[in-house]
Amino acid sequence: MVIKKNTINIIIAGNSGHGIQLMGNLLANTATYMGNYISTFSYFPSEIRIPYDTIEGISGFQITISNSNILDYGELCDILIAMNSISFNKYLHKVKKGGILIIDYNGFKSKNCLDHIKHNNITLYKVNTYINMYKLLKKYNLKIKDIHNNNMYILGFLYWICNYTLNNTKKYLIQKFNEKNLLNFNIESLNNGFFLEKNNHSIINRFIIKSNNKIFKSKTINGNQAIALGLIMGSKKANIDIFYACYPITPASNIFYYLSKYKSNIKIFQAEDEIAAITSAIGASYAGSLGITGTSGPGMSLKQEALGLAAIIEIPLIIINIQRVGPSTGLPTKNEQSDLLQALYGRHGEAPIPILASKYPNNCFKIAFEAVKIAIEYMTPVIILSDSYIANSYQLWNPIKEKNLKSIYKNNNITNFYPYQRDERGVRPWIIPGMIKYEHCTGSLEKENLTGKISYNGINHQKMVNLRHSKINNIINYIPKQKIEIGKNKGKLLILSWGSTYNIIYTAMTKLLKFNYSVSYSHLEYLYPFPIGLKNILSNFKFILIPELNNGQLIKLIRYKFLIDAIPLNKIQGTPFTVSEIIEKVDLILNK
Amino acid sequence: MINKKHFLTEDLVSNQKPKWCIGCGNYSILKQVQEILPIIGVSKENIVFISGIGCSSRFPYYMNTFGFHGIHGRAPAIATGVKLANSKLNIWIITGDGDSLAIGGNHLIHLLRRNINLQLLLINNEIYGLTKGQHSPTTKIGKKNKIDKPFNTLTLVLGAGGSFVARSIDRDTEHLKKMLIRCYKHIGTSFLEIYQNCNIFNDGVFNHFTDKKTKYDNTIFLEHDKPLIFGKNYNKGILLDGLEPKIVSLEETTYSIQDLWIHNEKDRTKANILARFSDKNDFPYPFGVLFNEIIPCYDQLFEEKYKSNNENYTFDGFIL
Repeated sequence: MVIKKNTINIIIAGNSGHGIQLMGNLLANTATYMGNYISTFSYFPSEIRIPYDTIEGISGFQITISNSNILDYGELCDILIAMNSISFNKYLHKVKKGGILIIDYNGFKSKNCLDHIKHNNITLYKVNTYINMYKLLKKYNLKIKDIHNNNMYILGFLYWICNYTLNNTKKYLIQKFNEKNLLNFNIESLNNGFFLEKNNHSIINRFIIKSNNKIFKSKTINGNQAIALGLIMGSKKANIDIFYACYPITPASNIFYYLSKYKSNIKIFQAEDEIAAITSAIGASYAGSLGITGTSGPGMSLKQEALGLAAIIEIPLIIINIQRVGPSTGLPTKNEQSDLLQALYGRHGEAPIPILASKYPNNCFKIAFEAVKIAIEYMTPVIILSDSYIANSYQLWNPIKEKNLKSIYKNNNITNFYPYQRDERGVRPWIIPGMIKYEHCTGSLEKENLTGKISYNGINHQKMVNLRHSKINNIINYIPKQKIEIGKNKGKLLILSWGSTYNIIYTAMTKLLKFNYSVSYSHLEYLYPFPIGLKNILSNFKFILIPELNNGQLIKLIRYKFLIDAIPLNKIQGTPFTVSEIIEKVDLILNK
Repeated sequence: MINKKHFLTEDLVSNQKPKWCIGCGNYSILKQVQEILPIIGVSKENIVFISGIGCSSRFPYYMNTFGFHGIHGRAPAIATGVKLANSKLNIWIITGDGDSLAIGGNHLIHLLRRNINLQLLLINNEIYGLTKGQHSPTTKIGKKNKIDKPFNTLTLVLGAGGSFVARSIDRDTEHLKKMLIRCYKHIGTSFLEIYQNCNIFNDGVFNHFTDKKTKYDNTIFLEHDKPLIFGKNYNKGILLDGLEPKIVSLEETTYSIQDLWIHNEKDRTKANILARFSDKNDFPYPFGVLFNEIIPCYDQLFEEKYKSNNENYTFDGFIL
């Protein structure tokens, strides 16, 4: 039986190290190529090769595939692919009635666990990859350690179930494997899974997702890749080089990889530590490049002293914090948004720094581009907050036309000699070494207004603090007015959020509005300074609900700044909210 | 290249007056730097002085060149970013014993490992001056420090792979100038330790290197291809017995100059032995260039890599 569907949810789970994330990424790429929208969620342990078949060692990839734009990755699934019995036990309850279960029988230690599923009208495909794997290992003269397992065989079978093409994945395999036998092993496994595996089963059920012709042959992107592209296009528009310095840290490390993929005027430097990463980036900005450094929470803490330096010398700099679960090493591969107050206050002295936060993978492009524009045009460090959910999630990418991007202007129109002479927005010129007759010293000591000489004068210090502050405040004249995402402009309840909670809350909102709840939604991309219009929006609602994956950080700012007793909704479990958690809370507030 | 004057020493005096203590050795170092820069042939706008925190790190404010007074210990990292962004710049790091051997030790060793083409002047007064006299990682045991064994700066630098390792002293202005010029000429990280007298918190700590009565027995000034001779009337020499240095008298007939160790700047093994003189009793402290070798510079390799990368942007259809 073939069932045509508008949307399906798939979970792939198995041992970390067995290519679960790769299977997910390839499926996501093929889905968008076939004209489907996707939303994904990855979870995996922080260790590299945990002993197999342990609950801690499960790597999972959850994906929603649809013919219309969807934002959440779903709570239950239509298809579960369990590569071992541990992941089968963990996820079986998530399979919808009438769903499909594909198990790699080769990875099952205890087979009797399969008895449970007979009751639930689930189609079970017991796939024994063993036969295919050993046949091909022999044929291509490979050893089991070269292969790990036969995930391409399972993926091929999944493509047959979903009626997807193999070409997109084959193209990837050809790029990935230089070694001919490895390539052939994988290609043939994919083919065999697709063409032969169906012959092993008596009952055949398939789900086919309707495709959307408008987006046929689209590409996927994850958050970190979109950040890289945004930074590159920003620097291209500003016509300056990027200097990206970092120290490896999960989940920010792969920004380094994505930047280096696009060969262009991007200098990439792996520094000896987090402090050297930010200070070398400051040095590069001082010398006329755009210094950028990417990190996660613990690394951000190490960079804090240097943030003060960048703020006092007033130089463009971008600091990216891909948040993870803290404090300290915490849960390093899990998701949390608990570094907002650190981004805002994690400095010594009066050092305001603009903060932007991305809301989903595609949006990272815009946030990174805007960060470049603000950093260069306002001569200031800018902090970008993203998180591990956005960093590791894939989404369909709508190509951007370069000519439609905004221009970025450097303030190097120097009409006088003073390095700290400001224009009408309060921005100083970017004078770089090599410019004849502009020799001067800048640095970490307080500067005399205009001249930039050392000044210990208290009146001057207060003046400089205020000048730097008002420059940052002037950014509100540039950033867009805060708006209502969805719902009416007035009502009983407003949900206000920031960061990666957007997709889930938006999905919950569409459901809530269908049931006529008096609820509206506004989402903050600019967290410092707050956009114009936020106060007005907040005043139009009786209740303000602030869901956050922390213990209440944005809510502190809103309470302090607007004297509103907003209602918190906090989750600190290393995973995003679910749609139902949002709906339940709204229902509780409005129906009490 | 040498002797081509683009600007004068007076042009390098900044409009900010030095605020070092009267009698501080930094004045001499500032003066010698200002004297050699006009003659080495680099354009003034391409000179950048980068420093960390401490008395000596105020140096860039007193130079009328580009300057960057950074944060504690980070000057080598800042300078690395500056150099990688613009390799044309002529960079001088000014740092102290606390700045680069304590809080910034990590950046110092990685700068030396990468061999970034710049000059690093480690102004060593064996004390924390700006914070009023605490012991530093170079303070000798017995001087404000009873138990905290100091670094041997030169063995540390050689161990980190330094490609140019030299030492001078604030009061020997001619030698200091000579060393500064040598630093400039070397391609790679030029490390120059300059002993500097802190006349407030550690006054006279280097007097035995400068007082006429004692200096000849306590110092040895190295020159490439010349024998290791020191002492008041050049009456002492050093020879190598296997890997063991030995002080011998040239006044007796047992040894002559021909028997002595001939200094070779290219010999890393012997440079390590020279650097260890200061750990031995009765041995003179070496001054001059201990070691000097041309090895690949990270900044040059970095630039070549990015030049070859500089193709057209390809965005695989992500950007149209």
